[in-house]
Amino acid sequence: MNIKSQKDFCSGLFFMCVGIAFAWGASTYTIGTGARMGPGYFPLMLGIVLALLGSVIVFRALAIETQDGDKVGRWVWRPVGYIVGANLAFGVMIGGLPSLRIPSMGLILAIVVLTLTAAKAGNEFKLKEVAVLSAILAAGSYVTFILLLKLQIPVWPSFING
Amino acid sequence: MDLISNLSLGFGVAFTPINLLYALVGCLLGTLIGVLPGIGPVATIAMLLPATYALPPVSALIMLAGIYYGAQYGGSTTAILVNLPGESSSVVTCIDGYQMARQGRAGPALAAAGLGSFFAGCVGTLILAAFAPPLTELAFKFGPAEYFALMILGLIGAVVLASGSLLKAIAMIVLGLLLGLVGTDVNSGVARFSFDIPELTDGIGFVAIAMGVFGYGEIITNLAQPEEDREVFTAKVQGLFPTKQDFKDMAPAMLRGTALGSLLGILPGGGALLASFASYALEKKIKSKPGEIPFGKGNIRGVAAPESANNAGAQTSFIPLLTLGIPPNAVMALMVGAMTIHNIQPGPQVMTSNPELFWGLIASMWIGNLMLIVLNLPLIGMWIKLLTVPYRWLFPAIVLFCAIGVYTTNNSTFDIWMVAGFGFIGYVFNKFGMEPAPLLLGFILGPMMEENLRRALLLSRGDWSVFATRPLSAGLLVASLLMLAVVLLPSVKSKREEAFVEE
Repeated sequence: MNIKSQKDFCSGLFFMCVGIAFAWGASTYTIGTGARMGPGYFPLMLGIVLALLGSVIVFRALAIETQDGDKVGRWVWRPVGYIVGANLAFGVMIGGLPSLRIPSMGLILAIVVLTLTAAKAGNEFKLKEVAVLSAILAAGSYVTFILLLKLQIPVWPSFING
Repeated sequence: MDLISNLSLGFGVAFTPINLLYALVGCLLGTLIGVLPGIGPVATIAMLLPATYALPPVSALIMLAGIYYGAQYGGSTTAILVNLPGESSSVVTCIDGYQMARQGRAGPALAAAGLGSFFAGCVGTLILAAFAPPLTELAFKFGPAEYFALMILGLIGAVVLASGSLLKAIAMIVLGLLLGLVGTDVNSGVARFSFDIPELTDGIGFVAIAMGVFGYGEIITNLAQPEEDREVFTAKVQGLFPTKQDFKDMAPAMLRGTALGSLLGILPGGGALLASFASYALEKKIKSKPGEIPFGKGNIRGVAAPESANNAGAQTSFIPLLTLGIPPNAVMALMVGAMTIHNIQPGPQVMTSNPELFWGLIASMWIGNLMLIVLNLPLIGMWIKLLTVPYRWLFPAIVLFCAIGVYTTNNSTFDIWMVAGFGFIGYVFNKFGMEPAPLLLGFILGPMMEENLRRALLLSRGDWSVFATRPLSAGLLVASLLMLAVVLLPSVKSKREEAFVEE
């Protein structure tokens, strides 16, 4: 079997899996009848539709010739990892992780960590530059979000503020 | 006259100093972010949405409208100067605009874009004010069956008129609908697909999806591409004002673009993108005068027409949103999200229950357009400087704004985990060639569709034929089928593919 369009094949598979998962999940709720729909009715319907659409996309990806095979191409994990990681680190820093007894570290430190991590995603990483950038961003965010917009965000680590 | 009194009510609301200030700030921020290459209006609005939480609803919407126009205008600036369309609707502006910039005529090109947008914005606002009341009347005649059919039409329209694979776009809509259903079912109180996570019983955060898929997804995709050598025409922007001949050339193009754009904007799924493509195609069909610069080589008509069209389309696409409560494109879906955050349920009742908000918003759109031209043309030098800021400084800042924005939505870290997840999914979408805009539309419409389907079938005692026997709903469904059928016709299909291929 020859995959003629890799992108379509993968996306079709993705739709099929998600559709089946939703339909299966929906079937655990009350389905009901058309006149009295339960919470499972509409999601079950949509899940089946999505799975069907996915299978058609997969079929077409196998049957219809494309020029260059529509390759998915190389996965670039570096930016993905660092961007998502920066975001997760920000969350941990600002909210803390009660389950692991990590206290909230506050906005300023969170910004520094986020900037340092996110900057690693780029092609060039110059520590000096990034340090300056994070200082500017931290100061700027403090002025905009805390002083001007008066948002309720912890600014400093919780063990300092008490 | 009603129109006049309504508009004057609106201007009364919008012309308060504080609201003018918000419109101004919105325009500035929107342009600031929109001018950055690779960030379209959807990402811009998603990113700046949290900045409006603290404001009263009218001011928040006014500011968002300002952000939208600013972002769109910023996108054209990038298109003309760097040949990088910040958004899909300025793809065609690149073609002639960049050529003009290379010939040292960046000034007139930017002015043509600005003046065209302003003119189109004025016309669009008038059309919006004139058509909204009668359409609202019509909307009150709609029952659940009609609403359901209308949403189908809107969703089908959105994919038919968009670019890319039709099947995948429909699948993305369905996926969006499903994601929209996550959370507590209003009728039975059952928490669906929540995996016993308390935060999920309220549903997936709309901001988390928009920021993750559009904001992070775009950054990751941009970083994954090797850095290109960008040529920015900073030094050559001088002589901002177009010559007399330029005016002669662009005036009719602006008129045609505005007319076409206003028309296409009202269609479900139309909006700015289709409008700009169609008007560029139209200008190319119209015979050039002798001695005129050919298209693709820096013809000013090729800038003025699509820019007018996309602004007119952007303006009139508020019509279905404000009158029927149905967002015709992803930007409008974000506006719905913003309205619901402020406890306004978009729909025909907004005009009667909140006339200040309704007409204030319409008036502020015009003000937003005016601000753009008053502010941005003189400030153009500053925006250009921004373009020279290297991307490696920009993207950490963008990641930060997204993270802070999503955190402050509910002051909960759960949304931060969600946006990280959707950021990754956004990259997967990009890899598999899946267009994310329909997903957002589906996500907004999911709960509304289910609710109306339920009510319609409850009233008909489970008889599905109700959608075919009620004339209005049957008409809407036939229209959606026709749309699908037309696109699937072989001759139209190839034309459609042709139209969206970059020239």
